[in-house]
Amino acid sequence: MGEYGIKDKVAIVGIGETTYYKRGQAPVSEFQLACEAILRAVADAGIEVSELDGFASYSNDRNDAARLATALGVPHYAWASMVWGGGGGGGSGAVAQAAAAVAAGYARYVVVFRALAQGQFGRFGQAAPLQTISGPNAYTWPYGLFVPAQWVALRVRRFMHEHRMTQDALAAVVLADYHHAQRNPRAVMYGRPLTREQYDRSRWIVEPFHLYDCCMENDGAAALILTSAERARDTRAKPVYVMAAAQGAPYRAAATAENSPDYASSHFKTLAPRLYEMAGIGPKDVDVVQMYEHFSGAVPISLVEHGFCEPDGVMELCTLENLTAPNGKLPLHTSGGNMAECYMHGLELINEAVRQCRGESAAQVPEAKIALVASGPMVSPASDLIVHR
Amino acid sequence: MAEKPPYYLPEGLPAPKPQQDGMDTGFWEAARRHQLVVQRCARCATFQFGPEWICHNCRGGDLKWHRVSGRGRLYTWVRSWNPVHPALKDAGPYIIAVVELPDAGGVRMVGNLLGDPMQDAPMDAEVEAVFEDHPDATLVQ
Repeated sequence: MGEYGIKDKVAIVGIGETTYYKRGQAPVSEFQLACEAILRAVADAGIEVSELDGFASYSNDRNDAARLATALGVPHYAWASMVWGGGGGGGSGAVAQAAAAVAAGYARYVVVFRALAQGQFGRFGQAAPLQTISGPNAYTWPYGLFVPAQWVALRVRRFMHEHRMTQDALAAVVLADYHHAQRNPRAVMYGRPLTREQYDRSRWIVEPFHLYDCCMENDGAAALILTSAERARDTRAKPVYVMAAAQGAPYRAAATAENSPDYASSHFKTLAPRLYEMAGIGPKDVDVVQMYEHFSGAVPISLVEHGFCEPDGVMELCTLENLTAPNGKLPLHTSGGNMAECYMHGLELINEAVRQCRGESAAQVPEAKIALVASGPMVSPASDLIVHR
Repeated sequence: MAEKPPYYLPEGLPAPKPQQDGMDTGFWEAARRHQLVVQRCARCATFQFGPEWICHNCRGGDLKWHRVSGRGRLYTWVRSWNPVHPALKDAGPYIIAVVELPDAGGVRMVGNLLGDPMQDAPMDAEVEAVFEDHPDATLVQ
């Protein structure tokens, strides 16, 4: 394991989520959703709420640790951390911070959580109507470049040009999400299958992204609980161990006005090799994959950067047959993911990785032992997680 | 009375305004004069965009605005349909372009690809900056 010291020292012992809603349909406040998801994860772990002593989140979560600890009556919280940056880039990073806190002895039971009620707060896909703009956005907004769908599309288009990736790869990712969601009663799109014809007919958001190439907008919350491998032996649920968890981004990845030097990249090229080294495994050892999909086209690039295929091999790998459980070569987004289970900024992907390793997924990969999660392609930092049973 | 100038995108989008700290005033002032400038380090001659207070190559703090030709390569572009801002509500599709500037160390700038929004421009095509004067600022297209 070289210089890394996290492998198998920490386990995920509880997972939970609220009902997942379409945007604006949650009957309670975002803070209530956060509390509910945390309490469900606590119950799943079989611990007392009073044993919780750490909070970790990301993406500027509005439900801060102080309020949660107070509302939940936590006797003493010893850890509170946030991963910098917006979007889903910090999902696995929050797990990394929680794992580091547990491994170093700062806290015993750390909850990683994300709550999101886009119906109660702003939407990510709409710009604020300002008169003037200063700073980095002054170089993009006046040209109508406002939202992630657009800057992700610009990168994906360049990758498509360089590596002959076509719309078929994007469609395969989306159809895999919807395929798996039909097996998952938690999924917002459960009971709403999608055909290739519906996909092709759906309106453009920004080419090459149809409506269905974009993640949903949802209300809900999800949470998971980490503790030491030693304490995990006594908890109720089957422990799932953290093999590796890390955040990071390559050289000048956040250069403004579209100036990141390695442009048509998902930002995992420097992170993924560290992740595998930390875990002591390679991509061939991974049984099931959850790759953050804000927009479909980023996923094949993320797969490349995690070593699942060569850049020119995405069309061969990214077929519906290959990406679906139980028999696909590389089952992907087995809960329905951000597009068809719930857009919980990718925390639902981490809970799904845990379910796969427990053998409890609605679209179980037979004998799945090792699951990989990639959080937030094309942002800085991005983050990664490998768990195993 | 001058005729209403034809803008590529509808009016009502946020207009660029120099940062309060003065870091990029030179860029927007040059655009007003129809000149394209890029930050360049006085010590190591590295080009840098977007602007920053420090050179990312040598960490020097003496960054000058260097005039460049405005000729570039169409690095990537997309046709955007969804009205992501209220001003775009009835505008229809438009093309966002990212252009690489070979005579500025390969830095990139964002603009719109003027002309027919339904055109299919070839990647890596040669393009040239056009200055679009608005009442309060000039956009580099």
